[in-house]
Amino acid sequence: MSALATPLGDALGPRGRRRAAAATAVAAAGLAVLAVLAVNRLADRGQLAERQWEPFTRESVIRFLLGGLGNTVRAAAMAMALSIVVGALLALVRLSRRAPLRWLAAAWIEFFRGVPLILLILFTGLGLPKYGVDLPVYWYLVLALVAYNGAVFAEIFRAGIASLDRGQGEAAAALGLTYGQSMARVIVPQAARRMVPAIVSQSVTLLKDTSLGFVIVYEELLRRGRVTGEFFFNPLQSLAVVAGIYIVVNLAMSRLARRLEARQRRRYRAGSIDVGGIEDLAVVGAQGRAAAAAGAGGL
Amino acid sequence: MRTTVALTVLSFAAALVVGTAVAACRVSPVPPLRWAGALWVELVRNTPLSVLLLLFFFGFTKLGVVYPAFTSAVIVLSAYTSAFIAETVRAGINAVAGGQAEAARALGLTFGQSLATVVLPQALRTVVAPLGGLFIALIKNSSLASLLSVVDLAGVADRLNTATARPIPVFLGAAAAYLLLTIPSGVAIAFVERRVAIKR
Repeated sequence: MSALATPLGDALGPRGRRRAAAATAVAAAGLAVLAVLAVNRLADRGQLAERQWEPFTRESVIRFLLGGLGNTVRAAAMAMALSIVVGALLALVRLSRRAPLRWLAAAWIEFFRGVPLILLILFTGLGLPKYGVDLPVYWYLVLALVAYNGAVFAEIFRAGIASLDRGQGEAAAALGLTYGQSMARVIVPQAARRMVPAIVSQSVTLLKDTSLGFVIVYEELLRRGRVTGEFFFNPLQSLAVVAGIYIVVNLAMSRLARRLEARQRRRYRAGSIDVGGIEDLAVVGAQGRAAAAAGAGGL
Repeated sequence: MRTTVALTVLSFAAALVVGTAVAACRVSPVPPLRWAGALWVELVRNTPLSVLLLLFFFGFTKLGVVYPAFTSAVIVLSAYTSAFIAETVRAGINAVAGGQAEAARALGLTFGQSLATVVLPQALRTVVAPLGGLFIALIKNSSLASLLSVVDLAGVADRLNTATARPIPVFLGAAAAYLLLTIPSGVAIAFVERRVAIKR
């Protein structure tokens, strides 16, 4: 992205260019000073010493951490699949024509969307066993993730369906399709396309949220990172490595989301939907609208 | 519950300032600032909040960066939320019609002036709803402060739970308390949105 791509600039004039050049020099110097200070601090405290980083070259440690990543992905993938199923069911009930069913689904969704995930995880992990439920930790985590994300996905699906023009449903009805038929053959296939970026976005969030599994001692990446840190007395390095792994995985997924959204906008000239209360999604949605307003895909 | 409110409000205020500054950096004509802003957003946004909290609280102590649990929680929550706010505000800036910035330039305003007096006010009003969403997310995220044993709502529930044999009422209570915070916030945000937001 060049400077011209920012909305605040046509090309700068001579005075503006001089000013920008001066600001660039100052900013570069300032950032360099900050970087040097940070590195110095790291070095002073012996945090750059080879002893602190060497464990991450050992095969056993690498395997231990990658195993943690594997467990994270395993829980996230299962939770994602189940959440999508649960979310779809909830969304259908939420849109059903029977009012009491609708209210029930709405209450369910609002409850689980409004409660912090960590509370749900603590409940399934520590609360359920007291009622005689006995499952592997993996399932406690998945259960909590599904309870939360199922509600979120339900909202995504509902927003996707609501974003379609009313005429679609009316036309389907006019053709004599039943409610179920028009949903299955007309509404859902169109809505599904608009939901894809939102679903990928939420999947990134879900993957990040899986790290909360460590509070109920699920052997995922963050927990193994902490164990490594305690074992080698290098919490800073261990947690930084864990953060790095998350960043790489999530950047890859975000890139996928962006590509899907761009492709979709090209093909169908429809922006993605916008669902409140989902961090990543708020961003994707707002950007989508912004780009649509600008009349060009400038993402 | 007071702790939760304090955590949320303090962090959101700080995140709003930092996030807007980062967004300003990212649209500025100064390349190093743009890169620094982008780096900040991508690094922070793609790391789980729990990892950031533990990294700051247990990792940074090794660098002599030591703060009490509550302060640490506020710092990390602000940093985390600021990345999301920056992206939201940037989207808002991009949504402001180009003619506005051009008109500001034509009046002879510098980049800083046109951003501060012309573009940002409109941009912020455009993104009231997404910002509200972030505020609600922050209320829920503040529960992670319990990882640092700041005693907020989730921490209270956790402690009660270890002490009692009947976890369901305890958790329902804590959940209700959070809903008591999130639902009215949602209503308030919708109200503010009706008053100030610009529909595009």
